[in-house]
Amino acid sequence: MTEGILRQILDYSSRANPYPLYEELRKTPVFHDGDGPYVVSTYHEIKSLLHDPRISSDSRNLATVGDLLGEGDGEEATALPPSFLKLDPPDHDRLRRMTNRPFGPPHSPHRVHDMRGELGGIVTGLIDTISEQGDPGRIDLVEEFSYPFPVTVICRLLGVPSEDESRFHVWADTLAASLDPDPDADPAERVKKTQDARMELGMYLAGLIEERRKNPTGDMLSELATGQGPDGAMSTMEVLSTSALLLIAGHETTVNLITNGMLTLLRHPEVLDRLRTDPALSVPIVEELLRYEPPVQLVPQRTPLADIEMGGVTIPKGASLWLILASGNRDPQRFKDPDRFDPDRPDVQHLGLGSGIHSCFGAPLARLEAALALSELARRLENPRLLEDPPPYRQNAVLRGPRHLPIACDSILPA
Amino acid sequence: MSGDSALERLKREGRIVVVGASLAGLRAAETMREKGFAGSLTMIGDEPYEPYDRPPLSKQVLLGKATADRTALPRRRDIDAKWRLGVPATGLDMTARRVKLADGDEVEYDRLLIATGVRARPWPNEEEAALEGVFTLRTRDDGAALERRLAAGPRRVLVIGAGFTGSEIASACRERDLPVTVAERGAGPLVGALGGVIGEVAAGMHRDNGVDLRTGVMVTGLEGDSSGQVRAAHLSDGSLVEADVVIVSLGAQRNTDWLAGSGLGAGPRGIACDAGCRAFNIWGIVTDDVFVAGDVARSPHALFGYQFLSLEHWGNAVAQAETAAHNMLSEGVDRRPHVWIPAFWSSQFGVNIKSVGVPSMGNEILITQGSRDERRFVGVYGYQGRVIGAVTFDQCRWLDFYEQQIEHTAPFPLPFTTVDRRSEGNKPLDADFPDPSVPTHGPTITLSGYSPADRQMTFTPAHN
Ligand SMILES: Cc1cc2nc3c(=O)[nH]c(=O)nc-3n(C[C@H](O)[C@H](O)[C@H](O)COP(=O)(O)OP(=O)(O)OC[C@H]3O[C@@H](n4cnc5c(N)ncnc54)[C@H](O)[C@@H]3O)c2cc1C
Repeated sequence: MTEGILRQILDYSSRANPYPLYEELRKTPVFHDGDGPYVVSTYHEIKSLLHDPRISSDSRNLATVGDLLGEGDGEEATALPPSFLKLDPPDHDRLRRMTNRPFGPPHSPHRVHDMRGELGGIVTGLIDTISEQGDPGRIDLVEEFSYPFPVTVICRLLGVPSEDESRFHVWADTLAASLDPDPDADPAERVKKTQDARMELGMYLAGLIEERRKNPTGDMLSELATGQGPDGAMSTMEVLSTSALLLIAGHETTVNLITNGMLTLLRHPEVLDRLRTDPALSVPIVEELLRYEPPVQLVPQRTPLADIEMGGVTIPKGASLWLILASGNRDPQRFKDPDRFDPDRPDVQHLGLGSGIHSCFGAPLARLEAALALSELARRLENPRLLEDPPPYRQNAVLRGPRHLPIACDSILPA
Repeated sequence: MSGDSALERLKREGRIVVVGASLAGLRAAETMREKGFAGSLTMIGDEPYEPYDRPPLSKQVLLGKATADRTALPRRRDIDAKWRLGVPATGLDMTARRVKLADGDEVEYDRLLIATGVRARPWPNEEEAALEGVFTLRTRDDGAALERRLAAGPRRVLVIGAGFTGSEIASACRERDLPVTVAERGAGPLVGALGGVIGEVAAGMHRDNGVDLRTGVMVTGLEGDSSGQVRAAHLSDGSLVEADVVIVSLGAQRNTDWLAGSGLGAGPRGIACDAGCRAFNIWGIVTDDVFVAGDVARSPHALFGYQFLSLEHWGNAVAQAETAAHNMLSEGVDRRPHVWIPAFWSSQFGVNIKSVGVPSMGNEILITQGSRDERRFVGVYGYQGRVIGAVTFDQCRWLDFYEQQIEHTAPFPLPFTTVDRRSEGNKPLDADFPDPSVPTHGPTITLSGYSPADRQMTFTPAHN
């Protein structure tokens, strides 16, 4: 029955609803077919592997390269060293620690919190623009809201001058598209476009870093470029790969979180109604969304450093290992009635942001962005409804989300 | 088919008394209410305060970042109890099922939970202990008084004993930029709990942070000035440390004195109980209406050879209290064992230290990840070819994995490789624990089963 199930999951036709396939997959918690990857789909098994020090995130430990997902994000194709996402300790720990100094506690406990007002302003601005220039009868929520919002936020966080934001958007766009393999596009041309964008972005960032070294302005780039902690300073290349990581990981996921969120709320109008009058509900809503429709569906870049025995299967050293987070999140062994979207769920220890040392670095920011976005949309859009269900999805099975989310509403309330 | 059983009656209108109104006592009370206990609940505590949290006392409170009166434990729910605060329990009559109080009152119970914890071991010389400027740190009052003294800027602080609490105090002093000397009888800080290999790392932390650390020495006497203020301490190596604040941090003593003569299996090592938290009487016979939880309890653990463990761990107090509460309201097969894997955390000199299992039972240690020089590592303890404990310095995200290895009685040394394995992780080292028959500053886990060190115990049955 499981014949070709991975192919089915990757196949575009299951993008709108991969969950029945995950359910099928969970019958074999550690699934392996032919020379494909070892696929783990149940909550407790995934969780334990995410905390297992025998598991490496460094693709140099893979016995074989080339997998079902194709080329990856093209990071290897450029001269940038791998970001900490793809490194093991101690390098991972050092870079993540240094990146965290200007971002979160204990050294910068206020960074994210202090952005609240600014984030609110960006949300208001975007909804105002839709109301002034758009058509309430047909809004593409992705294009007009959930995409520009996180990119703008990342620009502000990093300290990209506002006059450069539009150039930045274009590069971000191209790089995001590279994560979204489109079978119809000419691969050679795409690789070239991606590399050009990376190169241009890299040069742009390098210039900015140089400038911030001389005149630090307190934003993340300045701090990464000039920060001096117990670990010393980051090299220029490290600042580059780290800021590129923050840029890509920082918005690709949030776009989907917000879009999946609005889609889910429109499918659950009673919850949307409650949110309209109670913005505080956005916090548990976002948490449940991260369980129910996580933007990162699976983690495909892991490999064991030693043979690991799990669920009666030996996952051999060097094998490619996929952890299907979205499936673990709907494991009935862990969550009661897992296919129900229920923001009142008492114990939402989901895998939506990962777990262990690689758990989502930007989680506090992503949570805040999504909560603000959803509560404001709920408050200002009058009688919102879906125009297409399911909406058209992006190709990508890993970073899963709608490419467009056409919605309509009667009118848009003033801010 | 279910008539009005004794258990149902107990749940509906029974009398439950909790002695020790702190962490374990409160969590047990909340659990009982949660499980539908509707009878009368009496909380007896000798301190005048509602239950509060102790770990911040040696951390945020000493740093002046939190005040001692703001560490009240968050409540999970309303427990609707009669509070008898500021009144110690002074005796127990198990036949009449009565707890005697210092004010002469007696409280009757159908079920009793004892959660009286431990107290700081005082400086043995009473006259010296009474000098102005000599402190111990266990209670909220201790914390507040010590913080006031530190804030006033003493010339030098002396900490006697470098266990977890002593080390945290030294760390807080340095963070406040106060000169501090630490005197430790053992070879290094934390050696009682984690052994000499880790003690050496801890010693480096003290020294790099400007602590004047003296190891292998004992304080032999304290000296006061004419006004009764402590002035100096004499050390066994003949040296003298001038200090106007002295903190005695020599571990803890179980609060069991009030049970003397009660017939309960209570003594200096705590109150012995079965894995279901039911207390033993002095004959080793399990009682059915007296339960114990928290620091004062001493219970056998299947994973550690059924040895009796006493744990001075926050998490244990909570878990054991929940189990005790459950069992107090259950019968026979519904009772659950308390099989919590010991886990402990500390934070000092900016490093987060965590341990699981029973490191002090191990005789070897393997650094499986990271490096001691960087003070970021995982150390795994082995005992007779199996994994028995683990400690992390700034690496706590891996701890779940090592806890599983302990639960599965995985072989030691671990036969596989891990990320961040360095050359020092290639072969196990002697963990270097001090001879168990030599008392230390208190390892926070005490093994007290059939270990050879027990031969020094003498049995003196109590008589009424
Ligand atoms: C300064 C400090 C720092 C700590 N830091 C950590 C840490 O970082 N991590 C960790 O895991 N653990 C830590 N601990 C240990 C943790 O606080 C204890 O394990 C926990 O408090 C145990 O709870 P308990 O309820 O069993 O006992 P206790 O908290 O000791 O409570 C017992 C209560 O009973 C009262 N009592 C005693 N005798 C009587 C009597 N006869 N009648 C009435 N009442 C009585 C006592 O006064 C006390 O209020 C720390 C402890 C201290 C003191």
